[in-house]
Amino acid sequence: MSGGAVAPVQGERALGEALCRYVLRLADTSLVLGQRLGEWVGHGPALEEDLGLANLALDLIGQARLLLTYAGEVEGKGRDEDALAYLRDAPEFLNLQLAEQPNGDFAQTIVRQWLIDCWQLEIYADLAGSSDGRLAAIAAKAVKETRYHHRFSSGWLARLGDGTAESRARTRAALDSLWRFTAELFAADEVDERMTAAGIAAPLAPAAERWRARVATDLDAATLALPPPPQYPWHGRRGVHTEHLGHLLGEMQHLQRAYPGVRW
Amino acid sequence: MSAAAESSALEQQVWRLLAGVPDPEIPVVSIVDLGIVRYVRRDGAGRLHVGITPTYSGCPATAAIRSATRAALDEAGYADALLEEVLAPAWSSDWVTPAGRARLAAFGIAPPQADPVRCPRCGSAATERVSEFGSTPCKAHYRCAECREPFDRFKCI
Repeated sequence: MSGGAVAPVQGERALGEALCRYVLRLADTSLVLGQRLGEWVGHGPALEEDLGLANLALDLIGQARLLLTYAGEVEGKGRDEDALAYLRDAPEFLNLQLAEQPNGDFAQTIVRQWLIDCWQLEIYADLAGSSDGRLAAIAAKAVKETRYHHRFSSGWLARLGDGTAESRARTRAALDSLWRFTAELFAADEVDERMTAAGIAAPLAPAAERWRARVATDLDAATLALPPPPQYPWHGRRGVHTEHLGHLLGEMQHLQRAYPGVRW
Repeated sequence: MSAAAESSALEQQVWRLLAGVPDPEIPVVSIVDLGIVRYVRRDGAGRLHVGITPTYSGCPATAAIRSATRAALDEAGYADALLEEVLAPAWSSDWVTPAGRARLAAFGIAPPQADPVRCPRCGSAATERVSEFGSTPCKAHYRCAECREPFDRFKCI
């Protein structure tokens, strides 16, 4: 953070850069999670769940498109949604590490989805009141869709957690393996602080409280215990990723990388 | 005719035109029935503005709806009309018009409204949800316990 007098133009530019990063973080989490869910198409445990996961993916990719388009406009370098989605490398992706984790079994997919649904519910609810009109409009739309997603994921969490010995063991294993990635959900850095100071984003601490309360309620319905707060250095939103993101991008970006500018 | 009356007559004409643009996924309803057209107005300079809103963020029909609307305006001689995308307030299934609801029901899709969900074929309220999701982003999958027929329900959002 710079102290003392900052030239207005410089300050504005810094705010624009922070806003672009902030929007990219939201966009990339939706895009990467949507791409992961797309891998389920044709492999769901039942036709209804196959369709359900594909529908979640559609909503998430739709949200990502609106956000990426906005990030490209804020950046002002002429990059559109496609350039941002298909032509950035892994270190330039700013999604939560949680979103890029592999699908695993159905329990792993549901736990990952539910944790992110709970997170998006709080982030979008706050952003719907943002001083940035464009973000407020996108968030107000996204939060309605996210409520629908959460009904699906929390319903399955309860059914699996409070189901058979097998489904319960798998759900618990999924929670154990994914929980550490929740450490970065509400960890504020200088980008968040700048957004909060500008009235664009709400402070993260109250949202974190609400998230924890919702997660505890849902886990209770699933007869699963709430794990203690995780100790894990958060990195995804800073562009540091697990090895899984590169493979995901390799598949997602293959066509545009192999045949630049190809259209149909 | 006064300028204001002329402007309003023009707007009515464009509303009627857009009421003839079908939804690409459920062609029995128009984009006006679904509440997708938000406004038709003429500005001070006489330029026509048409506002449309996406239904679900990820609805693949959004691009098709935009181009069908553009084509309808162009073909009717409104090539200079500005087609604007409106994001706020967010689209709601509450905006589906009464005529649109009737057309959905007649087509076999339970329209978006509060419970109980009635079977669009036999009218029974003895229905059960099979899945929160269906064949398109706007529909959920139901079954009637009375006549045993499966049916789609327009999602409430």
